[in-house]
Amino acid sequence: MGYKLPIINYPFLASAIVLVLLQTPTLSQPVQPPPAPLRWAGDPEGGAPFVEADPRDPSKLVGFDVEIADLIARGLDRTPSFVFVTFTSIDQSVDRGDADIGLSGIEDTLTRRAVMAPTIPYYRFREVLSVRDTDAPRLRSLADLAGRKVATLGGTIAYEILLRGERDYGLVAVSYDDDVHPYTDLVLGRVDAVLLDHVLAERRQRAMPGFTIQPDAVAIGHYVGILAAGQAPLRDRVNEILKRGMRDGSLERIFRKWDVWNDDQRPPYEQVLGGETVPPVTALQGASDIERLGVWDTTKRYLPLLLRASVVTLVLSCAAMTLAVALGVVIASGRVYGARITRAILIGYVELMRGTPILLQLFVIYYGLAAAVRLPAFLAALLGLALNYAAYESEIYRGALEAIPTGQLEAARTLGFSERQVLRLVRGPQAFRLALAPMTNDFVAMLKDSSLVSVLTVMELTKQTQVFATNLGSWVIPGLLCAGIYLAMSLPLAALARRLEAKWKAPTR
Amino acid sequence: MNTAVLRLRDVHLSRGTRQVLTGVSFDVPRAGLVAIMGESGSGKTTVLRAIAGLEPFEAGRIEVDDVALEAGAPPPPDRLTLLRRKVGFVFQFHHLFEHLTVLDNVCLAPVHVRREPVADARRRARELLDVLEVDHRAGALPRELSGGEAQRVAIARALAVDPPLLMMDEPTASLDPARREGLGALLQRLCGENRTILLSTHDEPFAKEWATRVMYLREGRVSE
Repeated sequence: MGYKLPIINYPFLASAIVLVLLQTPTLSQPVQPPPAPLRWAGDPEGGAPFVEADPRDPSKLVGFDVEIADLIARGLDRTPSFVFVTFTSIDQSVDRGDADIGLSGIEDTLTRRAVMAPTIPYYRFREVLSVRDTDAPRLRSLADLAGRKVATLGGTIAYEILLRGERDYGLVAVSYDDDVHPYTDLVLGRVDAVLLDHVLAERRQRAMPGFTIQPDAVAIGHYVGILAAGQAPLRDRVNEILKRGMRDGSLERIFRKWDVWNDDQRPPYEQVLGGETVPPVTALQGASDIERLGVWDTTKRYLPLLLRASVVTLVLSCAAMTLAVALGVVIASGRVYGARITRAILIGYVELMRGTPILLQLFVIYYGLAAAVRLPAFLAALLGLALNYAAYESEIYRGALEAIPTGQLEAARTLGFSERQVLRLVRGPQAFRLALAPMTNDFVAMLKDSSLVSVLTVMELTKQTQVFATNLGSWVIPGLLCAGIYLAMSLPLAALARRLEAKWKAPTR
Repeated sequence: MNTAVLRLRDVHLSRGTRQVLTGVSFDVPRAGLVAIMGESGSGKTTVLRAIAGLEPFEAGRIEVDDVALEAGAPPPPDRLTLLRRKVGFVFQFHHLFEHLTVLDNVCLAPVHVRREPVADARRRARELLDVLEVDHRAGALPRELSGGEAQRVAIARALAVDPPLLMMDEPTASLDPARREGLGALLQRLCGENRTILLSTHDEPFAKEWATRVMYLREGRVSE
């Protein structure tokens, strides 16, 4: 048996490798670096027909805004790349450069035209009123809604229209963070009407019976793509691509595919292609039109609203804290003095409330329990905050109660005090002094955490600031005012707590 | 006629596996000043705590005047209420109520337990503080007091509810020699027809000088 070693010509091999290495750059030289992707921002929570996760493959996105992003990217010779941004933050996100363009059923407004670089409108929508079927004959327009609650998505044209409706017709605007719960609350009877884009209203009506969309539109608006103010050249190229899409019917095909094409689209397309400017919003009901006010006028208009919202924040925080303290005392007493089963139940409660997000708890109380108990938004917010904070307070009080030396408790017992008297006269007062500093801390935290309840449509300070900022197109003044008001509420509180602590710590002679 | 204010009969008490008291029996005659001596850890404090109803015991019987404590479970609340009208306790570390002034420490039980009018309770408290020579500290908080002052306030607080039996745990532990003499004289003055004092101490000269009777606690039992 013979085994023959393969003959390798090493010098040849080496020169071949060198040759290949040298060749490699020359081979790739004609290829350009791949074009930067077109990063477009949207919010899949908005859902179909705008942007939604493909029901068959949730890792993929579908919707007409997805296809428009593809169309624009193709026209720019770039590949689309999706950036997830919460709907209400798309403007700021595009402005700071997280994405090149925002596309998610974004409305054309005078504010956006002033502070951003929006594209030409690519879709015209109608702001429509939805009411419960039984109310359909009576509640046909904004003028019929005096004294009634009308829901919409916060920070939208519809919300602006409703704020004017508060003045003009005496209706009550209720702001939501999403476009589903206005309709569920409408059917439940928490609100009497919803004002939103017909695209959203019709979509919701297909999924949920019980309400009627009134045929007369309240206003007309448009969807646009939104770019940062400094991106006007890119915006102009995008506009050319959209115009081409209007001319060659590719936009129409996209909207037909998503079943939202209608004859309303032709007039704005003709205006755009004829070189005219389409006004962003046309009000059809109500005397006051949507106009853009200056910074000072907007601030003057929103300042009373901010102050009103800060009253909501303050009242809500104080009431929730009072309830949380009372509940916390009961829970802490139960944990220190209770039987084994009581203690186990209370530990379970505390761990459940501390271990799950307060946002989830608020949703459960407001929406989850709606089938059984239909709590008003403010009450649900109050309960949610109180129940959550009670868990934290109880831990503070338990710690404070257990910190009082056993010796003092025994001394009190030998003097003949009952256990209840020991708690009331000896243990409680000293524990309260220990708990005061962490309690103040929690109260200040509560003032700020109360901003979470805006998800339950409670218009508190942070939410009102957000609406103000959206309307103004800038966060500078709203942010400063908001911070100022929060500090004006929390600083006196901290000062009061310091005085109380000092008073009880100081020797009295 | 029975003159004993306190009777212990064969009291057994253990903590976990450790037998602390293994059959303690003694009587304390009315109006006496009785000292229990013993090394640290001999169970002196435990005896006093058992008499005050702060420690359940496994076997035996304790009687203070006409109130009896049985072995086993902690005594029922109404029995404890009766017991605590009979027994006052001054702890080694005083355990004054830290959030209250000296005067309020003394008044708290008369007002809330004996339901005396506040003005009466305050007047009596000041008299007691005066007898104990700490009246000038009436407005001070406990943390501002010296060890000797705190002890005298604790005595005043215990005496304010007028118990027939006053127990003191290691009363001389935190006192300098002059104060120690002062305390002995004071305790002797306090004893009388209506007051018996039982104290635990490992200060033999003090016990020998002032006590009418000295007992020794060794290996869980009492001997004279």
